[in-house]
Amino acid sequence: MTAGPSRSVRFSSTRACEGAFTIGPRTGEASAGPGRLEAHRAIEAIWRIESARLIAGLARVVGDIGTAEELAQDALVAALEQWPADGVPDRPGAWLMGTAKHRAIDLIRRRKALERKHEEIGRDVEQAQGGLEVDTAIDEEVGDDVLGLIFMACHPLLSKDARVALTLRVLGGLTTEEIARAFLVPVPTIAQRIVRAKRTLAEAHVRFEVPAGAERGARLASVLEVIYLIFNEGYSATAGKDWIRPALCEEALRLGRILAELAPAEPEVHGLVALMEIQASRLRARMGLSGEPVLLLDQDRSRWDRLLIRRGLMALVRAESLGGAPGPYALQAAIAACHARATTAAETDWQRIVALYDAVAQLAPSPVIELNRAVAVGMAFGPAAGLDLVDALVAEPSLTSYHLLPAVRGDLLRKLGRYEEARAEFDRAASLTENVPERQLLRRRAAECAAERMAG
Amino acid sequence: MRVLIMAKEGEQTEAATPPTPEAMAEYQKFNEELVKAGVVLEAGRLHPSSQGKRVRFDGKKRTVIDGPFAETKELVAGYWLWQVRSIDEALEWLKRAPYDGGTFEIREVLEYEGM
Repeated sequence: MTAGPSRSVRFSSTRACEGAFTIGPRTGEASAGPGRLEAHRAIEAIWRIESARLIAGLARVVGDIGTAEELAQDALVAALEQWPADGVPDRPGAWLMGTAKHRAIDLIRRRKALERKHEEIGRDVEQAQGGLEVDTAIDEEVGDDVLGLIFMACHPLLSKDARVALTLRVLGGLTTEEIARAFLVPVPTIAQRIVRAKRTLAEAHVRFEVPAGAERGARLASVLEVIYLIFNEGYSATAGKDWIRPALCEEALRLGRILAELAPAEPEVHGLVALMEIQASRLRARMGLSGEPVLLLDQDRSRWDRLLIRRGLMALVRAESLGGAPGPYALQAAIAACHARATTAAETDWQRIVALYDAVAQLAPSPVIELNRAVAVGMAFGPAAGLDLVDALVAEPSLTSYHLLPAVRGDLLRKLGRYEEARAEFDRAASLTENVPERQLLRRRAAECAAERMAG
Repeated sequence: MRVLIMAKEGEQTEAATPPTPEAMAEYQKFNEELVKAGVVLEAGRLHPSSQGKRVRFDGKKRTVIDGPFAETKELVAGYWLWQVRSIDEALEWLKRAPYDGGTFEIREVLEYEGM
């Protein structure tokens, strides 16, 4: 059982929507001809394009994501039943919305009837108008709806994992199976996460809205965190045999670009987009011919994606032009931009990078940022200065199982000619990572240190 | 995936006359929708082929050919670079474009060489 409807199935084929993306021969329809197949592929693509807007518009009216998603999927099922025979309508998005809207009106009428029975309050006139209100409400501008849906799916009430899964599901239009595959997690785990997330939001009566005022900052931070988590899981997978998973990066970038259009006045949104665009520009160069990781300073910079760099630098300008002190994402994007602008690793402006890390550390202090700062200090002012900072982090509880701490320390020790200590650090780092290619890289570093020690 | 959309607008390709304001508004509305959906990476329009040049390679020999070029139907007048999840998604977007003539070609860009 996957993350399907949480309430009882209202009509028999609702369950089929989970399989909507594996349509084709697998549906086992006797009449599946090439035309049918083509229609199914079109429906799948249309769902990807329309589902977020559809779910968002419905969520605003019915109040919760779970019901909205069910209504949207009911409309999808109706499309799967009708379009292969009747052809895809000229305005498929409007068709889906119209179909879902009828079901939403039915649902609200039934709810109101139920309420009336329960409460025995005779506000008949208002109730009779229910359908009409919904009708016009759904037809209103939907841009803000998608923004509302993003804020709801990324609500801080939910765990990080739940926010990520729900966001990919309702905004990315990914199936539970696709999300599970992307995160190397069993399908039922993701399904449970999504079901629980929807229930949590419903039980807490989280309102469908675009937060304003004092609340907005914290809520937006939660949204940006979710998008960057998705990006990072693609950029340096925490587990598995792949070093990078570009599809997740693309998904995160897409969400970021959409958000940048929906909330154009938020500098940190552009900051995050800039950061992701510039980091993604290195994806091609980040992996060697046999899938091995290639670290930033060793990369062939001619393989960096100039288009993404240009887009990233533009997004950074957009963030900076909105004024105010740059936020943590804009600062990290500025650091990424320092690398992007250097035609060779040797030309990197490390002193500026150190200054930018100082600013990040002030705004959003974290041991990971301190570690990155130590790397930059090591490059700008020599390995001994960097090592002093890293040594101060060794006792940091949150970094005890973080593989990059011994990896960075090993690197600095190696530069100082302390090969045996460096080897031990690289070995320790290797034992701490779950990612196979990364572990191999660290083992190789350890072996190199051992050889250098013998030679030295 | 990335796809390149090549606009082969036929006779219009070579016409120096700009499109009507209504057509431009329609186009802008569509392009805006694409941008809002996070689809557009890059877009551009090309000058008529009368300002173009071609270089033909034949062994060591290079021959430069001046525009305009004859095969009007095949000439590209503009392009988009889109980020989509499938060719089908690109197809669905393209079908919504406000054009009433010409042929638009969708081609997937090769990426991540060596993977």
